[in-house]
Amino acid sequence: MTSLQRGAPPSARHADAPAKGPSRPQHRRRKDPGSRGRFLSSVDLKASPYLFIAPFFLLFGAFGLFPLLYTVWVSFHEWSLIGGNEGFIGLDNYVRLFSDAKFWNSLYNTLGIFVIAVIPQLLVALLLADTLNRAVRGKSFFQMTMILPYITSIAALAIVFSQLFGSEFGLINQALGYLGIDPINWRGEKYFSWGAIAFMIDWRWTGYNALIYLAAMQSVPKDVYEAASLDGASRMRQFFQITIPMLRPTIIFTVIISTIGQMQLFTEPAIFDTGGAMQGGTQGQFQTVMMLVFQEAFRYGNYGYGSAIAWVLFMLVVLLGLINVVMTSRIRSAT
Amino acid sequence: MTATTMTPPPATSRGRLRRMRETTPLTYFALILTVLTSIFPLWWMFVIATRTSSAASQWPPALLPGGRLLENIDRLFANTTANFTTGLINSLVASTTVSVSVVFFCSLAGFALAKLRFSGRTFFTVAVVVTMAVPVQVGIIPLLILMDWLGWRGQLQAVIVPFMVSGFGVFMMRQYVLQTIPDELMEAARIDGCSTFRIYWSIVLPALRPAMVVLGLLTFMQVWNEFIWAIAVLTPDNPTVQFSINQLNESAYSRDFALMFTGATFATLPLLIIFFVLGRQLVGRIMEGAIKA
Repeated sequence: MTSLQRGAPPSARHADAPAKGPSRPQHRRRKDPGSRGRFLSSVDLKASPYLFIAPFFLLFGAFGLFPLLYTVWVSFHEWSLIGGNEGFIGLDNYVRLFSDAKFWNSLYNTLGIFVIAVIPQLLVALLLADTLNRAVRGKSFFQMTMILPYITSIAALAIVFSQLFGSEFGLINQALGYLGIDPINWRGEKYFSWGAIAFMIDWRWTGYNALIYLAAMQSVPKDVYEAASLDGASRMRQFFQITIPMLRPTIIFTVIISTIGQMQLFTEPAIFDTGGAMQGGTQGQFQTVMMLVFQEAFRYGNYGYGSAIAWVLFMLVVLLGLINVVMTSRIRSAT
Repeated sequence: MTATTMTPPPATSRGRLRRMRETTPLTYFALILTVLTSIFPLWWMFVIATRTSSAASQWPPALLPGGRLLENIDRLFANTTANFTTGLINSLVASTTVSVSVVFFCSLAGFALAKLRFSGRTFFTVAVVVTMAVPVQVGIIPLLILMDWLGWRGQLQAVIVPFMVSGFGVFMMRQYVLQTIPDELMEAARIDGCSTFRIYWSIVLPALRPAMVVLGLLTFMQVWNEFIWAIAVLTPDNPTVQFSINQLNESAYSRDFALMFTGATFATLPLLIIFFVLGRQLVGRIMEGAIKA
């Protein structure tokens, strides 16, 4: 219902600006329109492309680009939920940020969780892809189940995993107890909490990445492997000396995508942290940068300071992206 | 790069080659382990949704459904903290609206960038690609200020309008138009006097249908899953479904697992339906490299 209304304006616009209008009925398909028709069709040719791309750029500009740039403006101000804009304070928010232990802690947590999530994730994905690249029976069934976690609701599964990683009655601790291992304080201990969150992330993304790798592996020419086999290279050797080098661009692509996503990590740790304070555990053990932004801006109402943190996060994502791009082009020119 | 060593091929090379490609029991062990890991949390979520809360803490774990699903559903929809009915309807409306909008606007722009000649086309195409890499979530604070200016805080349109276009969608559609619509078809339609919009509507859209379905459902999934923006801009009495189950999760004193897991199951159900209808196509698309996070 709403969608139809929203779809209507542009189509209406196109209908009267570039249309053939009454001068040229639709069923008449002739090459020689009247002078009015010629005028309209030249307007159509000139204006339509811009009208067609306008909705994307206008909406993105208003709700994507503007807020992003306005973040910088807000970060230079004392700006709160209640008081609104309370004046220009220059770089004060940034000065405060660099001496704020909570900020450094959240950055450490974000980068730490990223590293312990992404390395096993990509390694296991590579191994899974290599496994599926054999003459496996029921390949499409395995592909389907591997992509299943990617489809599910992040918040719902974070709730399930939060219970699985419960300290007292969590299934994982009970299983450990069954094996004679002491229960682990998954929320209380910093590095275990990182591990639990990394596991949630990897559960979702490993199969997805495995499929991307599998696609890349299938495009490696078979005769390369045949030649290697004929020369007596073992399966293991082939994996490390043919598959991995051939997949390098794909691996870098997945690293870039993971970096952009993981730097903004929010949902899993926010739900793992019961109570909704965005504290990330009692001591902020697993408070990510995005959680800190949320806490400062929407729990404490510090829009200005929250924006400064958000902007530093943005710069960090851009920086990591650039490092990735430089590495990619280095590797490209090297090969 | 190749691992070619200079050793002469062994006599049994053919047989050896065949053996290399074969699977071992270990192959299937690894794959089945992966399948179990993928499915277990989902299955267990459903199992707890059919039992009492104590089943979530039980050892050995409950693995078979109980008989309390309907009772849990009743309690879920009656729960005043969650406002689950509102959340479900809001999420369905928002996800559907955004999907239709994204498919329409992105195919329109993708078509223009792929097939129409106009000055600045390269610039706009590059601009679309750049928007794909921009972490827009970072602009969440000014976006909320913007919502206050518009008076949209707490309103459903706040989780619809900001998502109505996507750079990824434009790019995906552009690539698909380039692959499927021959220039000759465009020329022929022009000679027949078709306006540009009519070419889009009658020729391009029908040809784009497979890509539109995939883009639409991916968008549905994204909006359905959206969390941080929903909890920032909406209120507990007018939530989305993810916000709603988070409300149950946050009421820490009486953590009612059966209720939470029933909510989680409902929050996952539409996505699972999409998966069963479209999983195969989705796998194909991801493997073509058409889909990015």
